[in-house]
Amino acid sequence: MTAYIIRRVIIGIIVLLLVTMLVFLLVRLLPGDPLMVYMGQFSVGGSGTTRITPEEYQFLYHQYGLDRSLPVQYIDWLGKIFHGDLGKSVTVGQDIGELIAERMPRTAYIGLITFVIGAVGGTFVGIICALRRGSWMDNTLTTLANIGMTIPVFWLGILLMYLLSYKLGWLPTHGWTHPLDNFGKHISQIIMPVLAMAVGSIAGLARLVRSCMLEVMRADYVRTAWAKGLQERVIVVRHQIKNAMIPVVTALGGAIGMILGGSVFIETVFGIPGMGRLMTTAIFDYDYQIVQAGVLLFGAIIIFSNLIVDIAWGWLDPRIRLA
Amino acid sequence: MSIVLDVQDIKTYFHTEYGLVKAADGISFQVNQGEIIGIVGESGCGKSVSILSVMQLIQTPGEIVDGKVMFDGQDLLRYTANGAEMRAIRGSKMTMIFQEPMTSLNPVLTICRQVTESLELHLDMDRQAARERSIELLKGVGVPDAERRVDDYPHQFSGGMRQRVMIAMALSCNPRIIFADEPTTAVDVTTQAQLLELMKDLVTRQNTSLVIVTHNLGVVARYAQRIYVMYAGRIIESGLSDDIFNHPRHPYTVGLLNSVPRLGERHGTRKLIPIYGLPPNLINMPPTCAFLARCTEKVEKCSKEPWPALRAVGDQHYISCYVDIKGK
Repeated sequence: MTAYIIRRVIIGIIVLLLVTMLVFLLVRLLPGDPLMVYMGQFSVGGSGTTRITPEEYQFLYHQYGLDRSLPVQYIDWLGKIFHGDLGKSVTVGQDIGELIAERMPRTAYIGLITFVIGAVGGTFVGIICALRRGSWMDNTLTTLANIGMTIPVFWLGILLMYLLSYKLGWLPTHGWTHPLDNFGKHISQIIMPVLAMAVGSIAGLARLVRSCMLEVMRADYVRTAWAKGLQERVIVVRHQIKNAMIPVVTALGGAIGMILGGSVFIETVFGIPGMGRLMTTAIFDYDYQIVQAGVLLFGAIIIFSNLIVDIAWGWLDPRIRLA
Repeated sequence: MSIVLDVQDIKTYFHTEYGLVKAADGISFQVNQGEIIGIVGESGCGKSVSILSVMQLIQTPGEIVDGKVMFDGQDLLRYTANGAEMRAIRGSKMTMIFQEPMTSLNPVLTICRQVTESLELHLDMDRQAARERSIELLKGVGVPDAERRVDDYPHQFSGGMRQRVMIAMALSCNPRIIFADEPTTAVDVTTQAQLLELMKDLVTRQNTSLVIVTHNLGVVARYAQRIYVMYAGRIIESGLSDDIFNHPRHPYTVGLLNSVPRLGERHGTRKLIPIYGLPPNLINMPPTCAFLARCTEKVEKCSKEPWPALRAVGDQHYISCYVDIKGK
């Protein structure tokens, strides 16, 4: 098991390095010049009060290190990251580490709640459907899950906002309040974003858990368990769930990526000052330093969750543990 | 010799989307105390369905529509499939060894857990006692180094070893009767012989009855006292092992024996004759004998009259055929 984990960690690190390269190149290869956007109100070499001379532009260009070759810039950026320096925002001038420290907990908080609701809800619905397969409840829930899977998260967010805020006036349309400042207001503000993101996770997982459970129910070893005279409850808990969970755990790892991706939309829709919205504004403002740091952070989280998935696999399935 | 199990006219049908499949259509057989019997037939003739019906392990879309399973003076089919009465019998008084040792053990549980769960359930043993008993049982079925291997997972065992574990599980609660569904089909020939010897040895010692279901007539002829031959969901011939093997009376059994080589037979002395054609589709079966289309002995009556019931042709020897191939 230890050798297995070590191997997984090493692979994770290699993938993370590849991610840094991709992130760096993607942002640099985009058309446009961050400095030009940053000084959008200025015109290089033009006239008027906001005039900036080509010399001043060159000076800034040099100061941000944009005049050096890409490999040098990459190594420089990577080196700084190892020292905990994520760089400075081009537009707001704030230290990106501080910015992330302020924004990430909000995204992580909402994401975690969504993840727990999605995982528990999806597993529960899936098992119920599998045990009562063919019943009206199974048919209804499976149909709902099919619909739930295909709804785009931002569309559902706007629909919820229209219904619950605009039409019914039950919940505030947007905003963020710290839970310790005003808990009631905090809850009312996070219900819709969490719901909008959780629907997809519940639906996707429910479908997967259902089909995995149905497959396992027909397995020979489950028939052996029945032949031993065990109760259905014992058979489900002891013999079926652990086997059925092996593909589900993989999907749970994928759900984390889905939730992080969804946060980019949902935080914009509901005006939550988290990582997602920071990323959206940074992309529009061409704040390449923030985009780089943000994508790297999301990438690291996804790689880490995949590592957890791999370890969970080893724990669930002894055949993988020894492989 | 007292009768342990008396199965009377079991009918198990499967409601498939293509139509009604009469997988077992009026199966009757008896098993005496300490007796080894064989149920023989080709793939898909309803052998497994018959014994799964006895244990009420038939899954949807299958349904046991009629019949009686008399065991210990009670009709098991009057109990609900997964009710407390049936669960108390399954795994303790009546156990089963399945065909596929590779998939019949749970891959994520240790051997120990899988053997102990019956002991804990039916014999009220605690964890420690059950574990010690499991080790003894594994030693009894010839698993080497059982103290250590009891904590292994199924994938660390070979096919033959897994089947030994299945045998140990089946014997663990001193059952009255064991069903073995093609117990040696998935293992190689030498292991096959070892496993059969082991099973015979163990059931003889415990005075347990054993029902071996197989497509290999040669296998059962050696171990079983009595044999039932099945075709298309029915028993078409039954009798003492020696009679069936040496003096078969039903054209199908004759054909079956003519198509396989016998041990000790000189090469070239007898030509192997296959049974031509395929077993019938169990949907929309004709009212006449299901073997008619493949039969080489058919007479005019066969295509006019319905499939005949079993009739006695000798002491304990029954066939369901209008023709009696005596002396052929």
